[in-house]
Amino acid sequence: MRPDLLLKVLAKFLIPFILIFAFYVQFHGDFSPGGGFQAGVIISAAAVLYVLAFGLELAERGIPLRALQYLSSTGILLYTGVGVACLLKGGNFLDYSVLLDNDVAGQHLGIILIELGVGITVASTLTLIFFTFAHWSRHS
Amino acid sequence: MESLLDLILMIFLLIMALAILHTRHLLAMAMLFGLYSFLMAGLFLLMDAPDVAFTEAAVGAGISTVLMIVTLAVTGIHRERPGRIHWPALFVVMLTGGLLLAGLSQLPAVGDPASPATLGVARHYVEHAAEETGVPNLVTAVLASYRGFDTLGEVVVVFTAGLGVLLLLGLDRRKPRIRKRARKEGGDSETRPAA
Repeated sequence: MRPDLLLKVLAKFLIPFILIFAFYVQFHGDFSPGGGFQAGVIISAAAVLYVLAFGLELAERGIPLRALQYLSSTGILLYTGVGVACLLKGGNFLDYSVLLDNDVAGQHLGIILIELGVGITVASTLTLIFFTFAHWSRHS
Repeated sequence: MESLLDLILMIFLLIMALAILHTRHLLAMAMLFGLYSFLMAGLFLLMDAPDVAFTEAAVGAGISTVLMIVTLAVTGIHRERPGRIHWPALFVVMLTGGLLLAGLSQLPAVGDPASPATLGVARHYVEHAAEETGVPNLVTAVLASYRGFDTLGEVVVVFTAGLGVLLLLGLDRRKPRIRKRARKEGGDSETRPAA
């Protein structure tokens, strides 16, 4: 039996649950503890576990570095995009009430969207940092 | 019961801090920092701040420990070099610590309803946030809506950190040359990395 077999089997079993938990934290953050930041960190923890179990090459075949670079700016663009949309609708920057006809519904929509932006940026940036470091440690 | 848990966590926190000071092995130090963060997360949870506890456990105990360990794998230096005592630095640290301890008695008690933090906008948030934003979790409402600008700044900070790592390590592919120089400089490190 190869020594890393146990790690691989366990990682394969755990990663889907970690990801589902991350999505729960992301989209249930309005009602329970959590939010985009925590969800992003949990997603990148799943990526770290994958790299530890299966190696950097396989991981990069699944999530290329370039995609991570694009994703990390996508999150910020989504966040600021919501702010600009508020400006265009005649409100202040990041004043979500103007997004929809109903003030409260607009606030809720704005919060969900910017939390999504936070989650995307945090998840991809932390994964990107880890991948870059892991590249170096393999070469040294 | 809760104060007993508080006490136990505090004692372990102190033990962790002393152990971090005592150990010279950088890998062990990184692990101990992770444990320290995890104990802090427990304390935050006892203070009824699950959102903060969540972040502390995920970021402090999880990701930053992993980042410290991969950094050690890159640098290949696994032991702290024993240095001489830097007296001015020691003086500044002692002075700051003393001032902080002296200021401790002026802080309001935990949960004090008359403390400045609960008298300002916090009262408005507690009373009106749920109906104004439609979000029952007050922390999310404050972070994402009332303090949306703040949170935007935080996300930009994370993004900038990633950008910095990319600029320093990621985009430059001339690894072997830099590594050779690093090895020459770090030649007196006591152990080589296993990775």
